[in-house]
Amino acid sequence: MTLEILKQGAEGRLYIGEFKGESCLIKERFVKKYRHPDLDTQITRQRMKAEVKAAGRCLAAGILAPRILHSDLNTHKLYMEYFGKAQTAKHFIQKTVAESDADEAKQLLEVLCTRIGSIIGKMHANNIIHGDLTTSNILINPNLTDYDVIFIDFGLSHYNQATEDKGVDLYVLERALLSTHSEQPYLFEHILAAYRQECGKEEEAVLAKFEEVRARGRKRTMIG
Amino acid sequence: MVCALGIEGSANKIGIGIINNGNVLANVRRTYITPPGEGFLPKETAKHHREAILALVQASLKEAQLKPSDLDVICYTKGPGMAPPLLVGAIVARTLSLLWQKPLLGVNHCIGHIEMGRLITGAENPIVLYVSGGNTQVIAYSNKRYRIFGETIDIAVGNCLDRFARIIKLSNDPSPGYNIEQLAKQGKQYIKLPYVVKGMDVSFSGILSHIEELADPSKRRNKRKKQQNESEPEYSQADLCYSLQETIFAMLVEITERAMAHCDSNEVLIVGGVGCNERLQQMMGIMCEERNGKVFAIDERYCIDNGLMIAHAGAEMFKAGAEMPLEDAFVTQRYRTDEVLVNWRKD
Repeated sequence: MTLEILKQGAEGRLYIGEFKGESCLIKERFVKKYRHPDLDTQITRQRMKAEVKAAGRCLAAGILAPRILHSDLNTHKLYMEYFGKAQTAKHFIQKTVAESDADEAKQLLEVLCTRIGSIIGKMHANNIIHGDLTTSNILINPNLTDYDVIFIDFGLSHYNQATEDKGVDLYVLERALLSTHSEQPYLFEHILAAYRQECGKEEEAVLAKFEEVRARGRKRTMIG
Repeated sequence: MVCALGIEGSANKIGIGIINNGNVLANVRRTYITPPGEGFLPKETAKHHREAILALVQASLKEAQLKPSDLDVICYTKGPGMAPPLLVGAIVARTLSLLWQKPLLGVNHCIGHIEMGRLITGAENPIVLYVSGGNTQVIAYSNKRYRIFGETIDIAVGNCLDRFARIIKLSNDPSPGYNIEQLAKQGKQYIKLPYVVKGMDVSFSGILSHIEELADPSKRRNKRKKQQNESEPEYSQADLCYSLQETIFAMLVEITERAMAHCDSNEVLIVGGVGCNERLQQMMGIMCEERNGKVFAIDERYCIDNGLMIAHAGAEMFKAGAEMPLEDAFVTQRYRTDEVLVNWRKD
């Protein structure tokens, strides 16, 4: 059966297909010929397993994530829930900025950031580290009255209590926002404020670690 | 028509380039080469540059068949880099500017690399992978700035390669990276190394400590582990070089691909000293083929630090009306790529 390709993401190709009669998204991590076969096999297996595990853990913790319907390590395919009406947070932000006046856009985006921040806080409170937090990996899925915020692409995720990993996770997100949405510098502070409400008793330790990771990054400003 | 002379000396290379309206007239360079097992230190590097720079200025003018009066602007590397070698370039640039009565411009080193790559390859708006001894960045242009999407969170990829070359005492002539590349061609066995990608960022320091222990078991930090692993097979230097390259380049290609997907781009430009590694170029080429993209790469004349890139970036700035009073003509070790307002690009 040939499937229609929806998109080629960073990690693999996305198709619309079906599993046991249910329409679903198929993510195929095809063999990347640029890397050594041993390395490729290792990475692909690791990431597929991580994705299945993290999506399950999120759902168990009451965090929205695509349900994984089936995984096939031999063909490198994951069958998961498909959100046909959803758009990425990246597009949502760009669209909001383009279509509304500045104050209104800021207000709408603050609401979004607060929701994103609490979800990340909840994930970290459950020791789920996403590993690749960018606005391309967050979906905005409209529902009857409002929208749901759904995190996707858990390939780089892992389960860890370490504050270091949580700090790096936040740092990766901050950097992604600064580069992708440089005209809206206020996004991250709202995310962080909401994050602090939800991230659990280790709040202080995680934020201290985050500052430390940031400082490490700042050292990198020298030497060309 | 802008005729610019550029002086680059932020690391162990000192180079002078002359460019006239996009045409390369001269590109001369000398490299400070240290004995195997040793890196270059700021003071000694500056001394090397001081001894070489005046002869290079004369050689470049001769090669370009120009008189000082034919020039429109003198450009130098303002940063980032090591301060003592940077100062050598800045002092000569200031002196020439006063002596020949030409305007002076300080150029960001990273911007020099990017603009040179765009000029030579003709790439319009690519994702840029900037890989060198001091920097590892994935860059995309948006809204008048070169924005950094991914970078190393500890040491640079070139630094990782250089330090590994020092551990196994490879020659630094012509460059440690080149010698690793050649030795890697004889490698057959792939040794598993840590693979550290965090979103669009990478980390190399763990890989370096790991491979250091493999190359030299006496360096093992954990004493108990040392005894246990006595029977472990010894790896050849070629296998280590091969595995190191395969692992770290795969990481670089992966974050570049992630940036391409994130920014909806299908062009990649590789710049910086590590960018002339043919295996890296090949891997990037395969990745681009798999997503109908295109890779642009340049050879060592333009990839490795050179004066020409400073001249070219300076000329672009000059055309856009940039000016620099003499009292602002200092150098700085810290100067991020995204601090520069790219007002010469129209898109």
